[in-house]
Amino acid sequence: MNIVVCVKYVPDAQSDRSFNEADNTTDREGVEGLLSELDEYAVEEALKIAEAGEGEVTVVTVGPEQAVNAVKKALQMGAHKAVHVSDEAIHGSDAAATSLILAEAVKKAAGDGTPDLVITGMSSTDGVMGVVPAMLAERLGLPQVTYASELTLHGDKVSIRRDGDAASETIESTLPALVSVTDQINEPRYPSFKGIMAAKKKPVETWSLADLGVDAGRVGLDAAWTKVTSFAKRPPREQGQLVTDEGDGGTKLAEFLSAQKFL
Amino acid sequence: MPVTRLMPTSDGDDLIALTREICSKELRPRVDDAERAAAEGESFPTEVFRTLGQAGLLSLPHPEEFGGGGQPYEVYLQVVEEIASAWMSVAVGVSVHSLTAYPVTTFGTDEQRAALLPGMLSGDQLGAYCLSEPLAGSDVGSMTTRANRDGDGTAYAIKGRKAWISHAGHADYYTTFARTSDDAGRGISCFIVPAGSDAMTFGAPEKKMGLHCDTVREVIFDGVPVDGANRIGDEGQGMAIALSALDAGRLGIASAATGLAQSALDVAAAYAKERQQFGRAIASNQGLAFLVADMEAAVSGARAAYLYAARLKDAGRPFSKEAAVAKLLATDAAMKVTTDAIQVLGGAGYTADFPVERMFREAKVTQIFEGTNQIQRLVISRHVLR
Repeated sequence: MNIVVCVKYVPDAQSDRSFNEADNTTDREGVEGLLSELDEYAVEEALKIAEAGEGEVTVVTVGPEQAVNAVKKALQMGAHKAVHVSDEAIHGSDAAATSLILAEAVKKAAGDGTPDLVITGMSSTDGVMGVVPAMLAERLGLPQVTYASELTLHGDKVSIRRDGDAASETIESTLPALVSVTDQINEPRYPSFKGIMAAKKKPVETWSLADLGVDAGRVGLDAAWTKVTSFAKRPPREQGQLVTDEGDGGTKLAEFLSAQKFL
Repeated sequence: MPVTRLMPTSDGDDLIALTREICSKELRPRVDDAERAAAEGESFPTEVFRTLGQAGLLSLPHPEEFGGGGQPYEVYLQVVEEIASAWMSVAVGVSVHSLTAYPVTTFGTDEQRAALLPGMLSGDQLGAYCLSEPLAGSDVGSMTTRANRDGDGTAYAIKGRKAWISHAGHADYYTTFARTSDDAGRGISCFIVPAGSDAMTFGAPEKKMGLHCDTVREVIFDGVPVDGANRIGDEGQGMAIALSALDAGRLGIASAATGLAQSALDVAAAYAKERQQFGRAIASNQGLAFLVADMEAAVSGARAAYLYAARLKDAGRPFSKEAAVAKLLATDAAMKVTTDAIQVLGGAGYTADFPVERMFREAKVTQIFEGTNQIQRLVISRHVLR
């Protein structure tokens, strides 16, 4: 089984994230980056499938120079090879353009065909739009099977469980297919020291837009359908209302909660 | 702030990054609750050791050909220090486990290495180190546990009590020292005893002052059978093996104590910058700032001492004196720094709401185990004055 996992390099959610003041895109300069934690679940699921039978896992990312660290982490976890699509023209691309680039990269990574399975996280931890998996499936002409909290392969079919508020659905699709996975599907492994050493010898291909035959005019900030026109830091939390208990503390607390429509 | 580390290789940098990730995601979120629970009733962080083992962090200093990480002590010890800064009991466990394999890697035959090490270094197994006895602590040569040859003379049966044994009851094998003749220090031999014998039982967990997740019990051998192939070294070579292993083990404890001191310093520094009195942060008072400066100097000195000893060891040079110096300096630093950390936090530091009182209790034992600091002084002075 030939599996391609699409991953994203994002600013560390633990650090102070911001926007670039020059063009209102994600600031990647003053902040540590890493493999999006939601994508670790996609990598883990692919590795589990590959380890259970015959399989090769290729990890694909689109992003600036340092984004190669995202695929390196996946290689350390156990993926077999990686592709890093990097091109100055990609800067500021929206979800639609990202899915275009990813689609071409996935096809090229699969030897100009379609892999048996494409796995993604359910969204990134920075943009958090969650639309790229669906767009990518559409561009690849694959069934889109999203928000999987359990994945089972049988023969040439994949079935997943999607947990909703009211019910859990079981969805079945023929292969090849695209599956996006949630953070409930597995427990991603840590790389092992041996995995880290082995990853240094694994192939990482770097492709430009020209390598993929993607017209630079269709991607990047200028081609984006939406633009961030301004941003403001979230205001610091204001001091809450202090209630001094002078025998009527309970009443005052109830009044406060009632005024906030909690009661 | 993470400690600035100058690693000898990029592999070392990768290892530190991996260790920090596991510490922040798996160890730090668990340590407070786990230590508290283990103080009340026995609980052992089996899952944490499994995670470390799968990541390859339980066998770093051992040979690659048998599943170890093939790392120099200079790297291995800094990993132990990072683990200790997150969870001291676990770091001590890693150090003890490394020690249990040391006799096999250093004194075992090729056959023994091939037979025993792949399991011991797999990351799935945990070892215990049975040297001390109720009446034989620093005076190793006075041990009474015996290994008697059984019927046809190819195997042994071990009988006696071993005290203060970390991982007792949880270990997969017990690296055990027992007497094969009455010739005091020259009558001791070393054995790898697999767990699981009905003749091996355990005392109640010791009710310790701290380091609760490092379960310590007596191991009682009542004729535990051991195959002759599991004797490491010659009969009578046990004392030399034990002392050689202790030199390496002391470095493990020195690095763990350094990590413990570092984490107490980190808590104290953060608190001093935040805590306001008289309208300003207490860190702006020079009397307190200088206390913090002395803590930093103590931690940095401890780190320098163990790294120097490690580099000597890695270069194949004698390092026994330097290991004793490092153990003495680092564990005294841990005691001083954790004490001062409580002082910086004031009343808050004396409560269990902050981790420094736990670290203070954990620091105390580092001056005692792996050779008391009085024994370290004995080792050092004998080297200097010989």
